[in-house]
Amino acid sequence: MSVFHSALSSADLLGLFGHFLTLSLLAVGGAITTAPDMHRYVVTEHGWITGAQFTSSIALAQAAPGPNVLFVAVIGWNVAGPIGALATMTGTLLPSTALTLFVSRWGARRRETRGVRAFTTGLTPLTIGLLVATGWLLLRPYVRDERHAVGAIVLVGVAVVGMLRTKLSPMWFVALGAVVGGLGWI
Amino acid sequence: MSAVADEVVEEARPRPASVAELFFAFNRLALQGFGGVLPVAQRELVERRRWITRAEFVEVLSLGQVLPGPNVVNLALMLGDRFFGFRGAMAALAGMLAAPLVIVLALTAAYTELARVAAVAGALRGMGAVAAGLILATAIKLMSTLRGSLLGPWLAAAFAAATFVTVALLRWPLIWVVIGLGGLAIAIAWRRLR
Repeated sequence: MSVFHSALSSADLLGLFGHFLTLSLLAVGGAITTAPDMHRYVVTEHGWITGAQFTSSIALAQAAPGPNVLFVAVIGWNVAGPIGALATMTGTLLPSTALTLFVSRWGARRRETRGVRAFTTGLTPLTIGLLVATGWLLLRPYVRDERHAVGAIVLVGVAVVGMLRTKLSPMWFVALGAVVGGLGWI
Repeated sequence: MSAVADEVVEEARPRPASVAELFFAFNRLALQGFGGVLPVAQRELVERRRWITRAEFVEVLSLGQVLPGPNVVNLALMLGDRFFGFRGAMAALAGMLAAPLVIVLALTAAYTELARVAAVAGALRGMGAVAAGLILATAIKLMSTLRGSLLGPWLAAAFAAATFVTVALLRWPLIWVVIGLGGLAIAIAWRRLR
């Protein structure tokens, strides 16, 4: 998608903004846990970008310095250029920022109350299920493509084992992926 | 650092002198964060600048994790708010996001052109596979917390599995999954906490 034109109508842009606005408050455990639903909205439902573009958006944000939430801006940009990035990023940040400020003033002292503990206990399994779903959806475009399947699966395996067994920074695995991919091995 | 060292810090703890210092501190740590900012935030804020103790860091982070939104962004907001109120929160947020946002969007714009170069497209494909692996590894690490869940390990695992199936395979909208499955899990936890 070109940088210079927005492929979306105003109504579509508003829809995009609205969708990310709702996802913001559902992002318990980090913005990445809502990636499957972003995928459903921009890839499956509207077809604004492909699954491979979606995956490379997240890869690009992870390769660059800064919080991983920036992948949201990259997806917005790939869908509709700068205005798309603005829509997805403000949509993602506004509600959660307002809520965080409100709650942190309302008092951390309520953390031990029954309601808050039930909330955390209940949502932890969902957070983990959503992370697995995210990994799965990122991987799917590779696995479906015979030319890349084997290399991609090996690389995923190396990253998983490396993260669990070593204390190396994730940066090194990202770099390894860039080299292996750049040499045309996957 | 030992607990003793943490207590010494407690007595004469430095704090940011100005909103600008807060902004540049978060700017600096965000720019060091390749593949995640959290480890850098801990080192900068707790060990190098000593604005907060390790215990406070964990406390603010766990609250940031319960709240919706990106964890490190919530952390920046809460710390900024603590030091300088709303202005501090906005300064910390801007410090965390502004420069990295410009970098990543410049890369994205360049990528549209660069993608024609096979090596660049290949590199990003490789990084994408690694990104999937990093996220799966995080999920695997966090799975151990289900063992201590008040829901019991099996029920908690069943909720995690049901979330995966409904979201990844059936492609249900997240909002219904959170309201349905999440509501049920919270209700069960609420009853068990009595």
